[in-house]
Amino acid sequence: MTTVALKPATFAQALTRALRDALADDPSVHILGEDVGTLGGVFRITDGLAAEFGDHRCFDTPLAEAGILGTAVGMAMYGLRPVVEMQFDAFAYPAFEQLASHVAKMRNRTRGTMPLPLTIRIPYGGGIGGVEHHSDSSEAYYMATPGLHVVTPATVADAYGLLRAAIASDDPVVFLEPKRLYWSKDSWNPDDPTPVEPAGRAVVRRTGRSATLITYGPSLPVCLEAAEAAREEGWDLEVVDLRSLVPFDDETVCASVRRTGRAVVVHESGSFGGPGGEIAARVTERCFHYLEAPVLRVAGFDIPYPPPMLERHHLPGVDRILDAVARLQWEAES
Amino acid sequence: MTVMEQRGAYRPSPPPAWQPRTDPAPLLPDPEPCRVLGTPAAAQADPELLHRLYVKLVHGRRYNTQATALTKQGRLAVYPSSTGQEACEVAAALVLADRDWLFPSYRDTLAVVTRGVDPVEALTLLRGDWHTGWDPCAHRVAPLSTPLSTQLPHAVGLAHAARLKGDDVVALAMVGDGGTSEGDFHEALNFAAVWQAPVVFLVQNNGFAISVPLSKQTAAPSLAHKAVGYGIPGRLVDGNDAAAVHEVLRDAVRRARAGGGPTLVEAVTYRIDAHTNADDATRYRTDDEVEAWRGHDPLQLLERELTERGLIDEAGIAAVREDAETMAARLRERMNQDPVLDPLDLFEHVYAEPTPQLREQQRMLQAELQAEAEEEGAAR
Repeated sequence: MTTVALKPATFAQALTRALRDALADDPSVHILGEDVGTLGGVFRITDGLAAEFGDHRCFDTPLAEAGILGTAVGMAMYGLRPVVEMQFDAFAYPAFEQLASHVAKMRNRTRGTMPLPLTIRIPYGGGIGGVEHHSDSSEAYYMATPGLHVVTPATVADAYGLLRAAIASDDPVVFLEPKRLYWSKDSWNPDDPTPVEPAGRAVVRRTGRSATLITYGPSLPVCLEAAEAAREEGWDLEVVDLRSLVPFDDETVCASVRRTGRAVVVHESGSFGGPGGEIAARVTERCFHYLEAPVLRVAGFDIPYPPPMLERHHLPGVDRILDAVARLQWEAES
Repeated sequence: MTVMEQRGAYRPSPPPAWQPRTDPAPLLPDPEPCRVLGTPAAAQADPELLHRLYVKLVHGRRYNTQATALTKQGRLAVYPSSTGQEACEVAAALVLADRDWLFPSYRDTLAVVTRGVDPVEALTLLRGDWHTGWDPCAHRVAPLSTPLSTQLPHAVGLAHAARLKGDDVVALAMVGDGGTSEGDFHEALNFAAVWQAPVVFLVQNNGFAISVPLSKQTAAPSLAHKAVGYGIPGRLVDGNDAAAVHEVLRDAVRRARAGGGPTLVEAVTYRIDAHTNADDATRYRTDDEVEAWRGHDPLQLLERELTERGLIDEAGIAAVREDAETMAARLRERMNQDPVLDPLDLFEHVYAEPTPQLREQQRMLQAELQAEAEEEGAAR
């Protein structure tokens, strides 16, 4: 067995490496956005790419998100594979019309003759002490827009693998990067990156028998921590990382819930009209006779994202997750 | 560090030199719209081109009246007519080379047809059997854009991509006066200017955004003047003078192709028909105003020029009109056939591969269709 040198790498480094490899492998890949050139992006995800590949491959645009996405649509129409960076979740809203009216619809509008292979990278979610407009969880808007893939990695290896898959996809992909995981580290071998997973598959991150925590992106580490803490309470929790919100992997999620009989959906996005409602409904429709308790949601409150000094009360934490697990009608079992 | 903490005495110095980044003078539009027909410049115009424009104008007018008639017969869901604006529609298509791209708005079906798209396929959106009827790559014609001005950044991005690939391609994007108020208009012009993208923006100022007149749309001296703020030239042209529109657009396309960057062209014209067949224009404008513009009709202007110069005679005019009638009859005949619809197609082009969820919904619809067919069979 050959030993591979596993070095600690950050989530951000894996993303940079994915962009670099995509630029090197495919001349049609172009990166555009605000500050992605000389500066390397406000989170440094495009660090060094303009210098290495030239500012025709990785370039700064005027400060206008609709213009960035709109011109990327035109580039994709001409056969390029643009990768767009939106600087922050809430700064992507000006581009929403281009996204909803063109990016999501062009393939359908033209009966498949004009696909748009473009990737829209959006740092999202809270937990970094950001002031207003820097911490939104906007995934529900994108999930509700047919024609888009919505993907969000939660591990260093997935940061690389899922971004490569997004760029290689012939469909538009909204690639949501949990910004508080940018600096998280994991052992990862950049010289032998994880093979690109088939798009749209969830993965069981921790096996367990008592209940399933269904989560994604920034809430995965929180759920894994909660699962460890739950052992003291005598619960053996399974954790499913969705990775892809669209398409949704009913198979992996439902197989887990059928095994455990209980489920809690965990995300930062608000609960009303949030992804958890759709997930709970899907699970209930498919696993009703296996369920010992209603599917619960642990989500952000239904409030505009709070100021940084109050955000810890808003974000789903270990205790709130364990409280939800405690409400899964355990007494009914005995 | 405050000024007070600065070491030594404060020595004032002049500010770093400032100068305008672009000389605005050459970017300014002429005070009057450019005209060719009925002016000495007409003598320079290529007779063959004038004849070609005339044929296309006559066909275009007939296409507009035929499509409008088709709405009344229920064969089209809606038709935004470009009657009165045919000179712009026709010239926009004719100035482009095969490899160039056209980005039409929803009122520009005629430009799409003039570019060579099948007249029935061009009406797919407005008939309602799909959203676009042609393959954009095959014709280098983008789909009709309904959300105003959103197609303009596409044109800029495509032109920029072509240049990145080293291709000699120009994009011409069409928009109306109302569309110039949209944010995407601003962003597209700004991006095009910064990138020096080979794009021509054609604004057809037809006086109205549905019912709202230009005076409520902008306080700019003219729409062409807006170009100056972006550092690109603005050109003003009589939009009913086919020869002038062709000349101004042709020059802008040449300039873009030669690496001179984008141009904004404002064509002053008038929407003779209502916004669409569903609109009532008498609620917001007078018949006198419409009549005044009928006196400056693009078709009549060119016909007079050709007749006066002996480039066409009565028989020639009759032949062109007859040809247009044949086109209209053929269009009528084809549009009177019901389109073939397959409801299961609804799921096929949402993604490259339908998601498992879409496959599930497709199966549900398939079962419904089967049950429907069986019921119909039983009833017979």
